[in-house]
Amino acid sequence: MDLRFSPFSPMSGIAPMASEEERRFRYRPVPGVWDEMFAADGSVRPHWLPFAEMLRQLGVAGMEDNAATIARLLRDHGVTYNVYQDTGAAGRPWFLDVMPVLVSSSDFATVERGMQQRMRLMQAIMADVYGPQRLITESWIPPRLLFANPGYLRQVKDVALDDDFIGNMATDLVRDADGRWIALADRCQMPGGIGYALENRIVLSQAFPQEFKQCHVQRLASFFERERDILREMAPVHRHTPNVVMVTPGPHHRSYFEHAFKARYLGFPLVEGADLTVRDTRLFMKTLEGLRQVDVLIRRVEDFSCDTLELDPSCWSGVPGLLESWRNGRVRIANRVGSGVMEAAAWLPFLPNLCRQLLGEELRIPSVPTWWCGQADVLADVMKDPRRWIFKRAYLGDDRPAQSTASMEEKSLKALLAEVAADPEAWVAQEAMVLSSAPFWTGSALEPRSFVWRTFVCGTKHETHVMPGGLGRVSPSSEGFLVSMEAGALSKDVWVISDHEVAPKSLLSGRTEALRVSRPPGDVPSRIADHLFWLGRYAERMEQTTRVLRMLSKRLVGEGGDLQMHELRDGLRLAQQVKLLDESLDVTGAQYLVYQEIRELMDKPARIDGVADLMGKLRYNAAAARDRLSDDTWRLFNQLQEEVSAPLLQSTAYSITSKLDRLILDMAAFSGMQSENMVQGHGWRFLELGRRIERGTASATFLQAAIQLCQENETVLVPLLEIFDSTMTYRRHHFAKPKLLQVLDLLMLHAANPRSLAYQLKAIHHQAALLPQGSSPTGASTALSAVEKMVDQLQQMDLAAWEAHPERFAFLQNTCEQFIEHLESLSHQLTEDYFSHATRRSR
Amino acid sequence: MRYRVHHQTLCRYDSPVSVCHYHAKLTPRRLPNQECPWHEITIRPEPLHRHKRHDAYGNAMTYFEIEGSHDELEVVSHCLIHVHENPTPDPRSTPAWESVRDICLASHWSTATAAAEFVCDSPLIRPLPEMRDYARKSFTPARPILDAALDLNHRIFRDFTFDPTATNVATPIAESWKKKRGVCQDYAQVMIACLRGIGLPARYVSGYLETLPPPGQQKLIGADASHAWLAIWCGEELGWMDLDPTNDLMPSTRHITLAWGRDFSDVSPLRGVTLGAGNQQIIVAVDVNGDSD
Repeated sequence: MDLRFSPFSPMSGIAPMASEEERRFRYRPVPGVWDEMFAADGSVRPHWLPFAEMLRQLGVAGMEDNAATIARLLRDHGVTYNVYQDTGAAGRPWFLDVMPVLVSSSDFATVERGMQQRMRLMQAIMADVYGPQRLITESWIPPRLLFANPGYLRQVKDVALDDDFIGNMATDLVRDADGRWIALADRCQMPGGIGYALENRIVLSQAFPQEFKQCHVQRLASFFERERDILREMAPVHRHTPNVVMVTPGPHHRSYFEHAFKARYLGFPLVEGADLTVRDTRLFMKTLEGLRQVDVLIRRVEDFSCDTLELDPSCWSGVPGLLESWRNGRVRIANRVGSGVMEAAAWLPFLPNLCRQLLGEELRIPSVPTWWCGQADVLADVMKDPRRWIFKRAYLGDDRPAQSTASMEEKSLKALLAEVAADPEAWVAQEAMVLSSAPFWTGSALEPRSFVWRTFVCGTKHETHVMPGGLGRVSPSSEGFLVSMEAGALSKDVWVISDHEVAPKSLLSGRTEALRVSRPPGDVPSRIADHLFWLGRYAERMEQTTRVLRMLSKRLVGEGGDLQMHELRDGLRLAQQVKLLDESLDVTGAQYLVYQEIRELMDKPARIDGVADLMGKLRYNAAAARDRLSDDTWRLFNQLQEEVSAPLLQSTAYSITSKLDRLILDMAAFSGMQSENMVQGHGWRFLELGRRIERGTASATFLQAAIQLCQENETVLVPLLEIFDSTMTYRRHHFAKPKLLQVLDLLMLHAANPRSLAYQLKAIHHQAALLPQGSSPTGASTALSAVEKMVDQLQQMDLAAWEAHPERFAFLQNTCEQFIEHLESLSHQLTEDYFSHATRRSR
Repeated sequence: MRYRVHHQTLCRYDSPVSVCHYHAKLTPRRLPNQECPWHEITIRPEPLHRHKRHDAYGNAMTYFEIEGSHDELEVVSHCLIHVHENPTPDPRSTPAWESVRDICLASHWSTATAAAEFVCDSPLIRPLPEMRDYARKSFTPARPILDAALDLNHRIFRDFTFDPTATNVATPIAESWKKKRGVCQDYAQVMIACLRGIGLPARYVSGYLETLPPPGQQKLIGADASHAWLAIWCGEELGWMDLDPTNDLMPSTRHITLAWGRDFSDVSPLRGVTLGAGNQQIIVAVDVNGDSD
């Protein structure tokens, strides 16, 4: 049967002379496979009808537009998926299909009831595993099934049995050829994908604003509201604002984007293990203003890594004493430590019986037919018909991919079966399933692809909620079926269609603001303050570097008269003095060497304080403080990153200059964002301090170098003013060729010039007076008096008195040197008092 | 035999430590042939919090936290122990080893399937195929289990060299197996891996060994610190039987049992995480003084 779909002539078949447009929009579901959009008779399923009609109106061009919109939005939001552990903050871009998958309200009702039951079942099993263990003493499961499970943590046996066992859980659902929902796998420890599901929804609803509304798509916001409330209600002691924090392994983790996104959305601080400490069995977060007790911990760190004392001692992401704190009822943890025990395919064959025994109910959503090889008779049966299976690892902690035996070479099959026979407990055999298909937009046409739906549930012992939506995934090619995001699957948004009109509920505008928990102003983890401080320093350093490079590259183009040559020569000397350029570069030599040097400073990450190097450092610190930065700021970082890595249009100095122009504007936008769009709390304070200390240090450093060069002649002052963006100001004041003392007055003492040293000291002084109390009781006042001393020293300087003094160069250079030292020591002191207690551990 | 045990651990930090978290498994177990009339642990500096409980295997553990700058930590465990002779069966009259292996595989709950927890892989012990082959040389078809286990015990004693410089607490068993060298921890874990490799339950035991031999008896190896050995499950009737491959014998009244578990990671006598420390020096001194009843 050749099922065709053309929204232009629905159901009437395709005209013999189909247009190109119609050809691309034709859709052929695979015979014998359940298709999400089309019934077996070729008709569009009723809940898809309004969407199909809108597709027809959109046409190919509309789809292409929407796909482009989606790609742009995802890039702007910085959505990535870190595939490899060692890629640092950079990740692989996320892919979202322009076509959603629509689920009818009756289908969703089935799934909702089934998933609520599954959650209750998982909770009941886990309560028993870590409690009375009736499931083994009553022989409902073979005892080995539990004992061989590496996720079963003996350390938490009998701990917190009154707690809820799972805060949230995810299950991958597929549909068989008859359209029944089947569970493929459960994620019970720290289910991934929920943040991506939310991001997909935000993006797709922007790409299809009309369609989204007219199709009566159920909103996700209330699910997240319930989840947030449940987490807050978990607090062991009733408080007005319970402190709920999310702990993540850090920016290197493949799902870090999602951790940051969800923490920000729910309004809970995102911390790493090093931000937490246990004192007198209470769990605390280290903030700038001291320790703040944590009531509920949302755990995004694996079971084995979350307590370095009792669990894996080699993992730095853990908190020593966490389990003891939990045991003593001082903190609640979601999901429960030890919940990895449920993330095992080995449970699947036993769920129907356990559901009867523990809940007294029949399992509503069957699992994919699975056999655990740890029982001798089962293993023998499996081995009788070895080509029928997909062999998978039975337990968590072994990521070797599933292997399908159907078309495996004889030799590999033999090897695999030997491996299974040698360690049967570690394997399950699953029946290969034909998955349902859903239409996928390849970029130019619609094509059926195998579809898996990751559903999410949150809840407690008393209530469970199923997300009306979820993360859809389709196979990367039209053949074969997908396994995981790592294997390159593509994501889809899932629209649950309501029978009625759905009241609009925006996720990101005003409504979301109301969702946010108000945080006390001092609630900044020390490590975050550290990252923000360095974000400020590196952002400023980036601006300096780009300004110096532009000053040089501008002088490689144009008429090249004597003056320009002299300015280039002295500009190069200046850059050498401040150690940006190598001393070995011949400043009077061939200009292409200068050009090459500038290129290197822009592109080579190995060049310390070059553009590429600083971009990496900026990104690292920004990523680590991701939940503190606005979407716009993040978008700006993405733009900056793209511009830094974009190839030059031409290999010319002009091309470099225009690239640098753009970078300088981006950096200016970032500092504007910082001053206008960030709440000026303690986090912002450290960002500002970092920037001001860096700029103050740069002023003193460049001035010291310029004074050195001025002993010969004062040509360098023109490039110097340019670097400090003060050329126009100088001209307005003096109408003449720059003179050293006047330039010093403008760049050092002029308190109203935002590029002057005096201005930086004033700003630092202002912030230092508002510093929170750090780890030492005198920290804040020591920092303040150090700044006051510098301000005094600067105010007492009388430049005019030195105008003709024979020692003036030495004196001025020495003064600059002193400011450089003072500022560096201030930076050290801040590090000691505010950041350093967040680090260093040993056993 | 009656013993007085004095077990001191001293950690010296080269820069002051502000916070530390520890747990200790230093309390002797109460057993049919072992009584402990008195036990105490003293900790210096005084902990901010201290709490005693039992782990999943019934071993007593003491959790403690110290807050406030200190550059030295001392943990001393004192105890009085009575150990009685355990009746030892005739090894040749014990059940065939395969029968023990097979009842452990059953799907229903029994003392055998409970013991089967100690057949499964554990964090530090994953048997290698060559360990299975090595074990099978002792575990020949239908051989009585204890007879075979004593033979394996003897072969490990013979094939391995006691060498404290060859390994440390973190050495994986694959390495001690390859080197055929190590200390009691390596001997015990290698033998456990051999037994589990052929499907028999074996657990790790930590404790002390009498240091000064009564006149006329040989001084035992591994005497100046904690000791470790293992136990094998020999069927419903006999239950767990201790074996000490480091000394080629079955422990009797000269071994004092502290704790047991799947491997060293379950019973480590003192484990801690300190915040703010550079390097640390750890000095352990154990004195076991005994007098005959």
